[in-house]
Amino acid sequence: MKDPEIDHILNQPAPAVDPALLARITASLGASLAPVRPLPAPWKLIALLILIWSATASAASVLLGTYGIAHLSLPQTAAIFPLLTALAILSASLSVAQIIPGSRQLLSPRLLLATACAALLVLFPLLFQDYTITNFLRSGNRCLTAGISVAFPAGLLAWLVLRRGYAVNRAAAGLAAGTLAGLTGVTMLELHCPNLEVFHALLWHTAVIPVSALASAAVAAAWPPLETE
Amino acid sequence: MHPDIELEALMSLYQQGDSAAVGLLIHRLSPQLQRFFLAQSVSSRYADDLLQETWMRIHQARHTYRPGQPVLPWLYAIARHIRVDHFRKQHRSDVRELQVEELPELPTPPAAAAAATVPDIETLLADLPASQREVICMLKISGMSLEEVARATSSSVGSVKQKAHRAYDKLRERLSGYAERTQ
Repeated sequence: MKDPEIDHILNQPAPAVDPALLARITASLGASLAPVRPLPAPWKLIALLILIWSATASAASVLLGTYGIAHLSLPQTAAIFPLLTALAILSASLSVAQIIPGSRQLLSPRLLLATACAALLVLFPLLFQDYTITNFLRSGNRCLTAGISVAFPAGLLAWLVLRRGYAVNRAAAGLAAGTLAGLTGVTMLELHCPNLEVFHALLWHTAVIPVSALASAAVAAAWPPLETE
Repeated sequence: MHPDIELEALMSLYQQGDSAAVGLLIHRLSPQLQRFFLAQSVSSRYADDLLQETWMRIHQARHTYRPGQPVLPWLYAIARHIRVDHFRKQHRSDVRELQVEELPELPTPPAAAAAATVPDIETLLADLPASQREVICMLKISGMSLEEVARATSSSVGSVKQKAHRAYDKLRERLSGYAERTQ
């Protein structure tokens, strides 16, 4: 059997839908029909999310002290911050794609999370040479707590931007937005934390992203569907 | 007017609160949406419920449609998640239910057996994996492009092509079996 023959079978006309059902749906939608304002252009939403990422990370690092960036060499700064910017743009684009059904997506939110973590896990050992371990748990715990504390307001602000959209898969939308929030926490840590030990950065700085992303996905999945407009 | 452009115009009018546009959209898109659900092994009773549910969600989400963008990927992205939700709920209730007795097999009437030389779409697609069935429905029954199906299913064009190719291999095999039996 050839493809056109299969096409012919598949092109059987669709059966008629019960007219009473169509009338019921039309009446039901007509009852609450009102003009709606379409969402702003995706690039505007992405720009807002990038603004949230940069403003929150900068403000928090200024509050806590920008000791980290003072300790980084120029090549380290030139490698870390463009990478974080690229990941933040990718996360923001995916977060916006999640709230507009049928949007084009470069990768899935799960792959985004994996990419963000993998990029940092590769980058830190390449940039830092200090393999000593001092106050691993205490300083690590401090960084993880600070990172998550910054990720939380960033996630909240991102939610304010994204809540007008319609996420068909709320967990995926939460994962993408949580990754962006986690990146805000990591960016703040890179500006603030003067500890350049490889294992410290690998575990405690990178961990902010999965913790934030998974927590955000769990909250979004449990959240009741939004009654928009 | 090109059908896609007409759909886009109707969606824009829907966003502006035009009741005639809503009616036209519902009458135009419901048959293909219902067939989409029926082809996903959903019973006709549930297909009606899912169709209704889809329109309710479309209504809630209508402000997220971007004027000028193709309507079908947006619409099917919503419809396929309603179907996924339905399967999850059904699976949960199936797990809770305990079948106490095996149902008797009903004899096929001879006339029906003769008529089954060319299967209907639902029967034909029933053996395909859900992801392939979904892609075939969108591509062949709803007439969407590869790019549009990729957008509706949040996947890549390559992945859609691969699923369609595999589905066609299986359909070819199945239909050859039918053809042999009728000879």
